[in-house]
Amino acid sequence: MTGSNYATERDTTEGRVFTVTGGDWDDVVSGVDPINEGRIVVNMGPQHPSTHGVLRLVLELEGETVREARSVVGYLHTGIEKNLEYRNWVQGSTFVTRMDYLAPIFNETAYSLAVEKLLGITDDVTERANTIRVLMMELNRISSHLVWLATTGMELGAISIMLYGFREREYILEIFELITGLRMNHAYVRPGGVAQDVPDEAIVKIRDFLKLMPKRLKEYEDLLSGQPIWLERTRNVAVLDVTACVSLGVTGPVLRSAGLAWDLRKTMPYCGYETYEFDVPTHTDGDVWGRYLVRLAEIRESLKLVEQALDRLRPGPVMVADKKIAWPAQLAIGVDGMGNSLEHVAKIMGQSMESLIHHFKLVTEGFRVPPGQVYVGIEAPRGELGVHAVSDGGTRPYRVHYREPSFVNLQALPAMAEGGLIADVIAGGASLDPVMGGCDR
Amino acid sequence: MTDSKPTTGGVPIPVTPAGATSGAPAEFPPAAPAGRGMFGNQGTGDVSGFGGLVRPQRAVENAARPYGGYFDEVYDALEEAYPAFGEAIEQVVLDRGELTLHIRPERIAEVCQVMRDDPALRFELCASVSGVDYLGADERRLHVVYQLTSMTYRRQIRLEAAVSVEDPHLPSVTAVYPTADWQEREAYDMFGIVFDGHPALTRILMPDDWEGHPQRKDYPLGGVPVEYKGAEIPPPDKRRSYQ
Repeated sequence: MTGSNYATERDTTEGRVFTVTGGDWDDVVSGVDPINEGRIVVNMGPQHPSTHGVLRLVLELEGETVREARSVVGYLHTGIEKNLEYRNWVQGSTFVTRMDYLAPIFNETAYSLAVEKLLGITDDVTERANTIRVLMMELNRISSHLVWLATTGMELGAISIMLYGFREREYILEIFELITGLRMNHAYVRPGGVAQDVPDEAIVKIRDFLKLMPKRLKEYEDLLSGQPIWLERTRNVAVLDVTACVSLGVTGPVLRSAGLAWDLRKTMPYCGYETYEFDVPTHTDGDVWGRYLVRLAEIRESLKLVEQALDRLRPGPVMVADKKIAWPAQLAIGVDGMGNSLEHVAKIMGQSMESLIHHFKLVTEGFRVPPGQVYVGIEAPRGELGVHAVSDGGTRPYRVHYREPSFVNLQALPAMAEGGLIADVIAGGASLDPVMGGCDR
Repeated sequence: MTDSKPTTGGVPIPVTPAGATSGAPAEFPPAAPAGRGMFGNQGTGDVSGFGGLVRPQRAVENAARPYGGYFDEVYDALEEAYPAFGEAIEQVVLDRGELTLHIRPERIAEVCQVMRDDPALRFELCASVSGVDYLGADERRLHVVYQLTSMTYRRQIRLEAAVSVEDPHLPSVTAVYPTADWQEREAYDMFGIVFDGHPALTRILMPDDWEGHPQRKDYPLGGVPVEYKGAEIPPPDKRRSYQ
């Protein structure tokens, strides 16, 4: 092989190494002796567009068959868990929301539930705050599943579903912006409740979304469900049965697509999920097709949950009554954007020295959390999102560990990919729905 | 103004920022045991007097029977199914409605095997494995925490094993729970806990050639001091902060 601008070849102690940058597969093939060098090792990623971020896959190929697959993670490690140890408990919300950037509300809620359990105020969280949490989580689940549908469609060659999926997700992000002020990284769910109440115009917009979404879901199904290429690419691809899922720790839609109806919202309820009516969709094939059907069905169930949450929203406080924990700021929209309400500023600056001291202490120092450790698991779009939080009695977390479903589920990729075709690595990897921001934290 | 101090435009600047000296930084670890003072500075930097406050520490207590709920059943079932039970269990802690069994580190894989396979226990899923560094609070300061879930009985229980920094070895549970593979690698990467019998115990989140284990409490944060008008803001673990 000579003179190629794309592929270069060099000899190393471990055999010949080709550096391939695209458009030159024939050069590589012609450079390999098919009798003596049956196997080649290919690095897929970390910048490969179909690896959902920066995931690197090392594939040992025999022709187009994957003999061994190993995933290499850590490219997006940002030390969020370590950073939390140098911020107070409330500031933690702003860090954890950045882990799994497609499911920020879940990261925040899991963290808040853990802190509340440490504080022993789980039962004091108001009904309205819990309802808003459920509402936001289910909207977030829909938006996360839509991104899954969009990116997986794109990776398997269905470009139009990518555009549609992101379009509807944008609608949800607009709702989030109305409610929290931000499209992503909200820091909206806080220990003790939520940061602020849901405005009325957001309710109207969510109602519109509930009317629109079933029609759009029908469109997706019309596009994909009967489509021969889609069926070929997903059916009997990357199969993982219940035993494999449980032993590898795979939870969420992948486990449910294999037939086990394990959903923490049902089996170990939190935030009042036991009072809502919804089903846990399952499938029995345990393949990419089953995961597609389960996720679409979950979007429908989430719509049901959002509607129920809207119906039971009653006026009331959205933060615990305990002023030693509740953030003192009374937020309001002013001429220069959102900030402390003028009444609150007037009170602390003009009337009550004690209020000012209290505000200052709680914002700069934060509250103390009694020593101990807890583990809280919630059902995130990708599976069990667990928070192991340890307090030493101080104002900052002593240790917070996230059991990230993306991280744990990615371990299953070799089991799905080995023995299959290289094209199915893409389908199988995508069906796990890994988000590397969450995986690497 | 003395000559030894640097000046900027005639304004005297302290050589080191207040709070970055006088015991705050290296003399006791970052995120020091809570209950010592209020601001993290122990010496002359504290003029408030609050630095002398000592809050009582609540010791971890051995829980007494009955534990309540399903915990007694789990405890009895494990005692029945595991012959070396008495020797393996160091402590039982019941806190905030969660039961923690402290296991001798060398027994952890055996206990997990029984927890998974015994029909009365059936903890099929190892939900999470994580490390915690109890620097200064425990001689065997590195703790490994296993969250086990029984899908059959819908139960959760926590196992905890403690090892020392000098001998940070305990058996890997990957043969029982393959899902522990990457999570043990993370605990090794972040805390330097060595899981004997793990198929490939390498770093997973940090680069392969990284030195040290970043989530240990005595790991130096380093950080770049930020200079602002001649004064330097030290890295987070050397700043004055609330304890």
